[in-house]
Amino acid sequence: MTTTATGGPGAAPVEAAGAPPPPVRRRRRPRTPYLLLVPAVAVLLLGLGYPVYWQVVTSMQEFGLAQQFGTAPPEFVGLANYVEIFTSDVVWVVVARSVAFCLVNAFLAVGIGTLLALLMKGVGTAPRLALQVALLLAWAMPMVAAVTVWKWLFDWRQGVVNWLLVQIGLGSFENHNWLAQPLSFFFVATVIVTWMSVPFVALSVYAALTQVSDEVLEAAALDGASGAKRFFYIILPIVRPVVSIVLLLQIIWDLRVFAQIRLLQDAGAPVSETNLLGNFIYELGIGRQDFAGAAAVSLFVLALTIVLSWPYVRTLLKEDES
Amino acid sequence: MSAAPLAPARPAVTSGTTPAGPRRPRVRAGRVAGNVVAVVVALCWVFPVYWMINSSFTPDARLGARTPSFFPTHGTTANYRDAVDGSGFWSALQMSLAITLVTVVAVLAFAFLAALAISRFRFRGRRSFVVAVLFIQMLPAEGLFIAQYKMLSAADLLNSVVGVSVLYTAAIVPFTVWMLRGFVAGIPAELEEAAMVDGLSRTGAFLRITFPLLAPGLVASGVYAFLQAWNEFTVALVALPAEGSQTLPLWLRGFLNASVNEGVNWAQVMAASTLIALPVMIFFLLVQNRMTGGLVSGAVKG
Repeated sequence: MTTTATGGPGAAPVEAAGAPPPPVRRRRRPRTPYLLLVPAVAVLLLGLGYPVYWQVVTSMQEFGLAQQFGTAPPEFVGLANYVEIFTSDVVWVVVARSVAFCLVNAFLAVGIGTLLALLMKGVGTAPRLALQVALLLAWAMPMVAAVTVWKWLFDWRQGVVNWLLVQIGLGSFENHNWLAQPLSFFFVATVIVTWMSVPFVALSVYAALTQVSDEVLEAAALDGASGAKRFFYIILPIVRPVVSIVLLLQIIWDLRVFAQIRLLQDAGAPVSETNLLGNFIYELGIGRQDFAGAAAVSLFVLALTIVLSWPYVRTLLKEDES
Repeated sequence: MSAAPLAPARPAVTSGTTPAGPRRPRVRAGRVAGNVVAVVVALCWVFPVYWMINSSFTPDARLGARTPSFFPTHGTTANYRDAVDGSGFWSALQMSLAITLVTVVAVLAFAFLAALAISRFRFRGRRSFVVAVLFIQMLPAEGLFIAQYKMLSAADLLNSVVGVSVLYTAAIVPFTVWMLRGFVAGIPAELEEAAMVDGLSRTGAFLRITFPLLAPGLVASGVYAFLQAWNEFTVALVALPAEGSQTLPLWLRGFLNASVNEGVNWAQVMAASTLIALPVMIFFLLVQNRMTGGLVSGAVKG
């Protein structure tokens, strides 16, 4: 991945030096684009390229106590770290939990977002604007502020959620601590992540829905097409590419949920039972100083992201070529 | 609260696909129901934002009451004063401003040059660069931050503005290149050529013709970079471990956690949240159109 980043622009100067000297004026033009790319490529190599390289190297080294204190040089151990990490149950429990959390959240966000987009298409101007503004405000909330507000809403003593549940007769929610058990912890996390992701989905799908022309729908209605038929044969084919891209993006984004979980854990949740992949890496690396293990899991996450991103990148490339 | 937005959204499918036919009263009733549902969902969705602002103006003693106070009747700004006077707000603000400023300037300069290269020139390696940029923008910080932490600590750049700014710039440049590429490509090169025919140099034509037309694109990209850097939490968490070098998101977290054992002063915490959220929300509303467009435009056309 980083090799493609370096390979492209890096290959050029070498070729320029080795080629026979054609007229000077034709030489100068092609060099400009490479010069323009230098700062961007340099910062990418420094900020992302080197860390990836470090992870590849470190993940194949013994990184024990002796190495931490600098008394022994790191020892090359090949794939031993990978074998050790990926044969233990701990990591697979975290992977399974992350994938489950990711899929539930991605499908919830896309499902609710699409329904809201259809709703916006069907209602009058004023309610639509109200909904759009509400979604935008939720989307604009900085993540840390959003999680903080939700923690306040779910606060066990004075939170509005518990108060509301008690008001409608569920007295057992008096002083109920949502973040203490893993299951209700992830329920709260899902509410927060869904609340934050739905606006993007709803507004994107709504933008696609506005491309469905009313004339076509009317013509279909005059020809006797029922509501369901109009939905499945006219609206759905137009909206489907957007919905699938948005779903893919949500899956990629929800796989990396780290900060929300971390912030919710601050309230005293059982950490080992609520860790997702990012939190697991953080605990391995920062917490236990097991850098080899953290590097191995990090590369696994990066590889997974690249595989999942491929369809999305291909769509964007199509745009680049047009 | 949480279940509320989910349930009423159901009927949306039918009301949404029903044409606005004036014939049947049943349809009109469906439309009214749709409107009601839309307003209810809007209220539910905006409630947390409202609740943050409402709580931030409510005296803490009233927040502790059995029944929540839904309107800031005995409004006070004391919570803001206390939050700001508390430990570390001003130094966190300074840190956030410095990092954000350095990042935005670097991102705009680097991304602009790169966008120019890929939208105005055809050259070998261009496609590889574009593919790399598109993949890199998808990479999660969580897959890199341990290595970035080790790198900064080896270079003695933990807790520094420079260290975090380099990481932020690298993380934000790819998407910004993509965003600006669209803007540059939208300005026909013929405009520049015409100016060159009229006697301007290539640089002159660029500076006098293309650059002014690019201003909206640069503003949108700059605001995007601002939002990313201002809100960032994950990388800051590992790269700025010292208390005195925290950015605002880290400060907000610390502000809440400091009192988590002896009873949180939620009024002050909400005032602190509002302080951080407000500038972001204003900027966000200014550029949101561009951002939705950029992310899915490929899909819409494809």
